[in-house]
Amino acid sequence: MAVGLEHFLILSAILFAIGLYGALAKRNAVVILMSIEIMLNAVNIAMVAFSRYGHFITGQVFAIFIMVVAAAEAAVGLALIIAIYRSRETVDAEKFDLMKW
Amino acid sequence: MALEIAFWVLAAVSVGAALAVVLLRDIFRAALFLVLCFFTIGGIYVTLSADFLAGAQVLIYVGAIGVLIIFAIMLTRESRRGSPSGRLRLPALVVGLLFLVTMVLVVVGTDWNVVAEPPTEPTTSAIAQALFSGEGFVLAFEIAAALLLAAIIGAIVLVREK
Repeated sequence: MAVGLEHFLILSAILFAIGLYGALAKRNAVVILMSIEIMLNAVNIAMVAFSRYGHFITGQVFAIFIMVVAAAEAAVGLALIIAIYRSRETVDAEKFDLMKW
Repeated sequence: MALEIAFWVLAAVSVGAALAVVLLRDIFRAALFLVLCFFTIGGIYVTLSADFLAGAQVLIYVGAIGVLIIFAIMLTRESRRGSPSGRLRLPALVVGLLFLVTMVLVVVGTDWNVVAEPPTEPTTSAIAQALFSGEGFVLAFEIAAALLLAAIIGAIVLVREK
């Protein structure tokens, strides 16, 4: 069975669903951040697959921009987690209630 | 044929590693499986003949973000308590499965307009043309540079000792 565009898109959807489950279900803030990275990678696979099978390069350029935003998000997110851990002694997302009304 | 085998192996390993990330209770092992997942996704870029992106994936995700996440796990001494699931576990499972079923039905049901040309290789010069030519993405490129600078300064300010 020849591998085509649909296979890559379905792989991307599976990875995105796994990341979505992890981001919603987990309590450790670092694991939530890891799940978000999986979701960003899944989107990148879809972008590159469209770029390959639609034969235009813009998909890969967008994938590069997604990587840039993911790197910035990881740096700021992990810095936030460490700052919160310093003041609250926990990284449990269900115990972050500083901004809860 | 070799490309097909490579795709199936890489896809199976990446999905298994992603499942391990969200299911394992040991958070450090989850981080190691995340690095494996990033690496196999780089391999999938190779099967899509995106050579530049495969290199960037290994450098940025496997190298930089993997190390950053492992650092964060070591700095927050939460690894003893593992990574338990919260109250939203069942709704999250339902949402994830609904999303998956919807996407698979849409992908299978759509008539994709696939071009039968061979892929551009190597992609580096084509990406550079798209990024820096007159009608390209120069402005977005400069904004990305400013975003990275802001992220670096923000991270330093956040973790600095008072």
